[in-house]
Amino acid sequence: MNASPCTANEILQREFLEIRCKVLELAASLDRLERAEGSVAGDVRLTRVREALELLLESRPDRAEQVQLTFSRPYDSAWQTAFGIVEH
Amino acid sequence: MYYIDPHIHMVSRTTDDYETLAKMGCVAMSEPAFWAGFDRGSVESFRDYFRQLTEVEPKRAAAYGIQHFTWLCINAKEAENVSLSREVIAMIPEFLERPNVLGIGEIGLNKNTRNESIIFLEHLQLAIQYDQQILIHTPHLEDKYQGTRMILDMLCDDTRIDHSRVLVDHVEEHTIRAVLEGGFWAGMTMYPISKCTPQRACDMVEMYGPERLMVNSAGDWGPSKPTAVPDFILEMRRRKHPESLIRRVVYENPIEFFKQSPGFKFVPRDADSAILQ
Repeated sequence: MNASPCTANEILQREFLEIRCKVLELAASLDRLERAEGSVAGDVRLTRVREALELLLESRPDRAEQVQLTFSRPYDSAWQTAFGIVEH
Repeated sequence: MYYIDPHIHMVSRTTDDYETLAKMGCVAMSEPAFWAGFDRGSVESFRDYFRQLTEVEPKRAAAYGIQHFTWLCINAKEAENVSLSREVIAMIPEFLERPNVLGIGEIGLNKNTRNESIIFLEHLQLAIQYDQQILIHTPHLEDKYQGTRMILDMLCDDTRIDHSRVLVDHVEEHTIRAVLEGGFWAGMTMYPISKCTPQRACDMVEMYGPERLMVNSAGDWGPSKPTAVPDFILEMRRRKHPESLIRRVVYENPIEFFKQSPGFKFVPRDADSAILQ
């Protein structure tokens, strides 16, 4: 379903400055990390951030969902067995 | 536009907030029981809290023409204390007949632990035993996807549960589809930093349609914005969505869901202006 009454051009017209601002904020945050003492290069959180940024460059309609999954713990369908909880 | 906030924690808000919400068109709200910011020490603390939810908040709301409804439970964070949880669950029936009680909530998971799951299942038993509607909290951030799937597993395993009487709250882009496809109601919570924004909530309305979908502020004692629903309304208008669609999400859908509970004796503003007490 795509029920947006606005055209792509209208959305870009309205949101370009916001998008630009958000990209700049990200760039500045990464610069801040770069300038600071010490290194977080091996921190898994930063790895996830890089994976998420790569997702943004893909052409697909579900980037937000995929970014969410990037930052999510995995689901194991056998969790009830692991917990010893009997299904009703 | 009149609207209903289906999930807001007014015990944490000032009277000024009631006034602001009334000015913005809020005509009713539902307040699930939740974590107070600290772990309570005894069942008596919960009894007092439930009195606050069923006696005090309805009066504070009514002073501004807002109808207040509530849900009762022990929240997932405190569910790690299994013995206290069982005492609270045993005490809840004392309050289920109170006039503003809609059901059991917000039950759910927090860190997706075994104890949380056990207490969640015991809350489900309580709801089934007393034929109550259910409002569910899904975990935050990295725990949300896993926890939501676990919750859906437990709900779907029990054939006695009517999915149309369950609201699964705090859905986001990676959990909304499974909730709606399961036949449950879904709530989008708009928070300034975590959870969802009004813009992304509008996106999800556009992608999934308005059926069984609601928006809420969950305004509480943490960083939150009690006027998030009016923000959503404004964003929908900026996107040129019809008033009928907006009204369905912020007003008609909550009524459709809540009216399944005998405790939802809602008086529409248009039909009766005498609700100011």
